[in-house]
Amino acid sequence: MAAKTPSPTVVGQIDHHPPAKGWMDTKPEFKPGNFLYAAKASALETVGLPNPRDWSPTDDDWKLPADWKGIVREGMAERLQRFRSFKLFMDICVRCGACADKCHFFIGSGDPKNMPVLRAELIRSIYRGEMKTAGKILGKLAGGRKLTEDVIKEWFYYFFQCTECRRCSVFCPYGIDTAEITIIAREIINLLGCNIDWIASPVANCFMTGNHLGLKPHTFKENIEYLLDDIEEYVGVRIEPSFNRKGAEILFVTPSGDVFAEPGIFTLMGYLMLFEHIGLDYTWSTYASEGGNFGFFTSHEMMKRLNAKMYAESKRLGVKWILGGECGHMWRVVHQYMDTLNGPADWLEMPVSPLTGTRFENAASTKMVHITEFTADLIKNNKLKLDPSQNDHIIPTFHDSCNTSRGMGMLEEPRYVLNNVCNNFVDMAPQVTRENTFCCGSGSGLNAGEYLEMRFRGGLPRANAVKRVHEDHGVNMLSCVCAIDRAVFPALMDYWVPGVGVCGLSELVANALVMEGQGEREYNLRGEENPSYKPPAEEEAPAEAGEEGEE
Amino acid sequence: MGFLFSLVAVLVLVGIALVGVGGLGLKVLFGVIIPYAAVLTFFAGLVYRVVDWARSPVPFRIPTTCGQEKSLPWIKPNKIDNPCSTGAVVLRMVFEVLTFRSLFRNMKLDYREGPKIRYSSEKFLWLFAMMFHWAFLVVILRHLRFFTEPIAMWQQTLEHLDGFLEFNLASYAIGLPTIQLSGLVLLGGVSLLLLRRIVVPSVRYISLAADWFPLFLITGICLTGIVSRYVVRLDVINVKELAMGLATLHPVVPEGISVWFYIHLFLVCVLFAYFPFSKLMHLGGVFLSPTRNLVNNSRAVRHVNPWSYPVKTHDYHEYEDDFREEMVEAGLPVEKSLEEAQAEKDAAQAPAAPETQETEEKREE
Ligand code: SF4
Ligand code: SF4
Repeated sequence: MAAKTPSPTVVGQIDHHPPAKGWMDTKPEFKPGNFLYAAKASALETVGLPNPRDWSPTDDDWKLPADWKGIVREGMAERLQRFRSFKLFMDICVRCGACADKCHFFIGSGDPKNMPVLRAELIRSIYRGEMKTAGKILGKLAGGRKLTEDVIKEWFYYFFQCTECRRCSVFCPYGIDTAEITIIAREIINLLGCNIDWIASPVANCFMTGNHLGLKPHTFKENIEYLLDDIEEYVGVRIEPSFNRKGAEILFVTPSGDVFAEPGIFTLMGYLMLFEHIGLDYTWSTYASEGGNFGFFTSHEMMKRLNAKMYAESKRLGVKWILGGECGHMWRVVHQYMDTLNGPADWLEMPVSPLTGTRFENAASTKMVHITEFTADLIKNNKLKLDPSQNDHIIPTFHDSCNTSRGMGMLEEPRYVLNNVCNNFVDMAPQVTRENTFCCGSGSGLNAGEYLEMRFRGGLPRANAVKRVHEDHGVNMLSCVCAIDRAVFPALMDYWVPGVGVCGLSELVANALVMEGQGEREYNLRGEENPSYKPPAEEEAPAEAGEEGEE
Repeated sequence: MGFLFSLVAVLVLVGIALVGVGGLGLKVLFGVIIPYAAVLTFFAGLVYRVVDWARSPVPFRIPTTCGQEKSLPWIKPNKIDNPCSTGAVVLRMVFEVLTFRSLFRNMKLDYREGPKIRYSSEKFLWLFAMMFHWAFLVVILRHLRFFTEPIAMWQQTLEHLDGFLEFNLASYAIGLPTIQLSGLVLLGGVSLLLLRRIVVPSVRYISLAADWFPLFLITGICLTGIVSRYVVRLDVINVKELAMGLATLHPVVPEGISVWFYIHLFLVCVLFAYFPFSKLMHLGGVFLSPTRNLVNNSRAVRHVNPWSYPVKTHDYHEYEDDFREEMVEAGLPVEKSLEEAQAEKDAAQAPAAPETQETEEKREE
């Protein structure tokens, strides 16, 4: 059923006018390329999620549990009691429409139910129709609907067509966060066993092996060792990191995507080189081998279950604090949830950079620092030997990941790093960066192959903004601090803006690093010839030799 | 459907008051009983809803951060949009509530063939909303003069300010009372909001009866108010007598008040009674929104979830049990050596001896 994605010209013709038919009377059409495959029974069984079965969204009968209506009603009632956010957001929307054209899925698809306000109304109408007196009596007139199987299908379709990016909540006068509604709606349909394979399988993997990709301990280690060989070949430095080492000062955790595929692996090579460069006393863990958390896309409980291993491992290994790699949703979880879920981590200490002595007071309680903050601090304190001209052939722009911008506020650190490791950084327009940033279109577990058309639609606003700086300023690299971004942007760029590469920030840092004892940097970390490489004649070799001579 | 229904509903309400007072003369009902009931419903409902929200927990600290966080000392944080202290949250909320800061951010999608996407600033919604809400506030404050004796200093000042558009010549000439700016702005604001809802296709598409009804109702209130003031030239003394009676709990129903006033009053009562059960409760909700009213310090200060419960995880020991052999082979440190683990397993499985032996043999190979 592999869908052939239509050409950009076809996909790019989007009508944003709502249809004549009211939204309560329209049904989603499950077409290849616009829906996600159902979770496999085995994945649900591994983590004990309800109603494991084999099914497909295109089936007429979704094999819901016998008392599915009761389950949904109870699930809603319970969450209305537990989350003020949910309760409030069900009640106070005035349908002003300020959020309507802020969602990348609406912009890219024109489907009115992708307007955040309508996405929320999908569940709000059930709240009114099933739980409120006025809605029960007056029905449609009071904005209420009855719960039917079609509603569940619609929820599945549209709540897996929201990447929980929170862009809508920036513009809502009451801060109504449709991401929060989506998170809870997904929890509710999970009670019926309606999840997607691309989320449930990583969750099951992560639970058993420690990471989404299901890399077993030896494979995890081997993958990193391959990259060490590459570094030796291209940079001329042999690095020997440690794994599961007790007594290290710092535990480093990054999304497993960085261990696995391009261009994430180049980012990971960047981490390795950076840590070697500064002589950091740190360890990798094969058990806490995942910074990302697809549990967050399943339920609050699953998020907690998967997140627990970071703290548990830091305790077992006896480290002082945790350093986290470049990731988006991992950081939303670490920043806004981890301490509440699995803290307090009393055995850890307030993070202090061993090189600069900087105390990361903003992480005093979680004891976990983002690598970009860490790197920015190193640069600020002159602890890195950098030659930004090594990146001269790269004209990068920066994609603010939704989660680190709207769920944390890390906006300046990456820009500071970029401006120090390369000479040509170009920012995109303010309407599409920082808190206004557009999602990659594949966040929150939607980066599945069968979903390509929808992902390209959702990624259109971001791609369009990149296209602008590509055309106006010759931007040829989209840098980011998120593993899902690194995984999905290459295809998105090829589709909408051919000629723009994708990299993590740490790759650019590593390109510019002048490593002790390095060879000629004729090749970059990708094994490609480096156009910015300057032949030895005018290299800083003499300076270096001079320094060594003094010692 | 919602549009027509709401329009008709408001007209019916007008009719009810017209027949009730004009036809049947039920002045006590419309002048005393309904107002008391409405005000009671309003306050009881308001308190109930707000307390209900406020009592529900905020398990996680989820502010939407719209600016730089407080991190390294040399990076300037955006205190208002990414509040780092309670004071900063108060500021954020003050701007939100008084100036509709989030709406001010609004921008419009500009989609062209290509596809080419741009965003342009869009301040109309903000402007209409500001007009509407501020004018509403002033109108309410001005109406307080009916309920207070003597009139306070601030009320006089407000009245003065509000009436600064005194078309002196014109009003003396035709004998009109002072023009109240607030009433006109309110009517303007509500009409523009209504118009926007009709004209913008996406907004029309999402509109429910619950969106049209309050707009028509408030339009009705404005119009009857304006008619009472400028056209039928209501006798203010009588109205004040009624109002003071209500306020002092000694209700009286003076004669000679136009039916227009009763219609106005009735619509206001409906608005009051309807308020707590409607989206108008955003008035209370805006203060409670967890994406706006929380400090973004969840890494620095622990936030406690009152209903947190323990969950099943796959702990390190289970993990090592699953992969011990591979780990040892890959040179990864383990908590229990293969032998220790085997010995434990043997001890545990002692009764089922034959199977264990088999595995042991396999291992030795
Ligand atoms: S901006 Fe907020 S209040 Fe307005 S329609 Fe969207 S969610 Fe509702
Ligand atoms: S969170 Fe993002 S994807 Fe979801 S409705 Fe809001 S803008 Fe759209």
